[in-house]
Amino acid sequence: MISLKLERRPTSIKSVYVAGIPVVGAVIGLLIAAVILAVTRHNPFSTYGIMLQFAFGSLRGVNSTLVQMTPLLLTGLAALVAFRAGVYNIGAEGQLYIGAMSASGVALALRGQTPIVIIPCMLIAGALGGVAWALIPALSRVLYDANEILTTLMMNYIGGLLITYLIFNSDSYWRDLSTSFARSYPVGKTIPINANWPALGIAGFTLPLGLLVGLGVSILVMLWFRQGRGGFFARVFANSPLTAQYTGVRTKRLVFGIFLASGALAGIAGASQIGDFAHLLDPSSLQAAGYGYAGILVAVLAMLNPLGLILSSLFLGGLTNAGFALEGPKFPNGTVGTLEGIILFCVVGMLTLVNYRIRIVNQARFTPLKASKDGSTTAGVQEKSTFSRVRFFSSNPFGKRD
Amino acid sequence: MVSETNKNGYKQLDPGCHIAGGVSYGTPLFLAGIGELLSERGGLVNLGIEGMMLIGASVGFWVSQVLTFESAASLLVAFAIAMIAGALAAGLYAVITVGLRADQVVTGLILAIFGGSTGLSTYLGSTAHLIGVVGHHNLVAVGLGPLSSLPVVGPVLFHQDPLVYASWFLLLVVEIFLGYTRLGRITLKAVGDNPTSAAAMGIKVRQVRFLFCIAGGALAGLGGAYYSLRLIPSWSNGLTAGAGWIALGLVIVAFWRPILLLAGCYLFGISVSIGSVLAARGITLAPELYGVLPYALTLIVLIASSALLKGKRWASAPASLGKPYEGE
Repeated sequence: MISLKLERRPTSIKSVYVAGIPVVGAVIGLLIAAVILAVTRHNPFSTYGIMLQFAFGSLRGVNSTLVQMTPLLLTGLAALVAFRAGVYNIGAEGQLYIGAMSASGVALALRGQTPIVIIPCMLIAGALGGVAWALIPALSRVLYDANEILTTLMMNYIGGLLITYLIFNSDSYWRDLSTSFARSYPVGKTIPINANWPALGIAGFTLPLGLLVGLGVSILVMLWFRQGRGGFFARVFANSPLTAQYTGVRTKRLVFGIFLASGALAGIAGASQIGDFAHLLDPSSLQAAGYGYAGILVAVLAMLNPLGLILSSLFLGGLTNAGFALEGPKFPNGTVGTLEGIILFCVVGMLTLVNYRIRIVNQARFTPLKASKDGSTTAGVQEKSTFSRVRFFSSNPFGKRD
Repeated sequence: MVSETNKNGYKQLDPGCHIAGGVSYGTPLFLAGIGELLSERGGLVNLGIEGMMLIGASVGFWVSQVLTFESAASLLVAFAIAMIAGALAAGLYAVITVGLRADQVVTGLILAIFGGSTGLSTYLGSTAHLIGVVGHHNLVAVGLGPLSSLPVVGPVLFHQDPLVYASWFLLLVVEIFLGYTRLGRITLKAVGDNPTSAAAMGIKVRQVRFLFCIAGGALAGLGGAYYSLRLIPSWSNGLTAGAGWIALGLVIVAFWRPILLLAGCYLFGISVSIGSVLAARGITLAPELYGVLPYALTLIVLIASSALLKGKRWASAPASLGKPYEGE
């Protein structure tokens, strides 16, 4: 009987192939989705054609793709920084809410100031808001080894309820109470015009300030992981916490710092939502968008590479933009998430090829040897610690930590 | 339960009814949680519970709307198909994590988004026009004769819906399975703690993981359908509102023990239903204030249990939880 077998690659594969793997995965995902579209009586060619047209076919389309890309790039960075260091912060969602809350609070408080004062203050306030929301999970991870996936998740829900409370069920500073209409239909106060973030216009393309910040930070993060001392330690720690500890890395400080940096980036994503786009605190649409969770997917799609992140956030931003344009009479709600899910399943499935190769095994030939071979090879493979190219394969967030 | 008492007013608000409401709220968490517990005992941490629950909820509600049998039969079929839907979603997860050895956390998150409120469950809900539709068949509480009119104990123990009774039976079955059968006590434990040794013992690690992951998905689907066919009972996008994540947290807080999980789920359920109890007593607070309570409670218990029980053997996770099995 002939069967397929996965075995660990003895050596790392070339970077060129690594970059190609998620692309191939995405293509396979699109093909599977095309089959599903055909089965549900939609023409896959025209559907993808329309989506491409919506996302990248016109100046307006590209600009709205860039709008979708901005928060994804920032929350993707938040996930990337944390995941590369083996910190599973999935609280970007809540950190984004609080970042948006503090940035809009500052913008309202500094009413009348010049943009040069307000905008940096909003950025800082957003980052600090994110940091504040990451603080409890970070402390409980460092001090008590509490599982950060769950603590950050709980903080997401608490954050969502907090901003909902501020706008919908209280007379808070953020809520617009000036008109009777606003009193009965709760809405946030609009920030002053001076606090609206500028956008860079190049040849008709509009690059929001948040996007520029994200692009700049991507490059900084890349340099830090490549050349910085801390970035190197973070990589060692993610691969083997014990090794990092024995070589004298202050692992707790490292985890704490990474966690807060990740929170700050998510907070900036929230500030950018206020400064660049919404101009008021809108809990419902922030929660419906789910940028924090989507950021994790963007980071995975980029295989935790900061430059890949720019492409993957552009891709997912385009997909989201096109999907929302598509959803309507012809395509029901939920198309976007389903499509994203299919593509990402294929991508993570394909990522296996980074660390493993497929071998075709003719089992009949090996049958007599199988029993002894099994025991020894399994043990051998388990013990072997190949330096994984994709970091999140090697650390374990739920089991015992070394 | 709680809503019925609300209508009748203040006087009939027996503490038993309050607890009974909590039990009802806790049941889907327990169903999904016990599924996750089985999956995690085998070493697979499936973060996609929320996605599987939502798929189960939408599919179950859809089936119950389509079927025209009498209620009991329709509901039975609806719950069964919801379980199959959940199992299929878990099967997808298992193929990728067990078969292709992909990262469990990332795959689970993708499953949560794939099935979640922007994904497949919403897609199904809008394709089948389920939003705003009144359910044809809903699960209702069944009193066990005169026992159900006992004070306090009556409504809690003897006036519940069949799935609550079934969940108690399930608890018993799982406890016996984990404690007294070879498959649960030795095979599953070996697979979750040390798959390499398990393989050396002749256990088919991948098959065991696959099996329990799928069982977990089926139970998550059932828990989700409990929302759309009993608790709410109707369909709206993102109906379960994070219950899957809560269930995940409760499994850890319960140290992977079924009986503690049940207790945790009921405590959580009671804290969820506090809002309607307070409202019935004329105390109106912003819904967010008591909405925060269950999440804050889980957070505090999670941190406190990590702080106090650090390194305790009996409170620790299956040793190879979350790690891909690299052998044959």
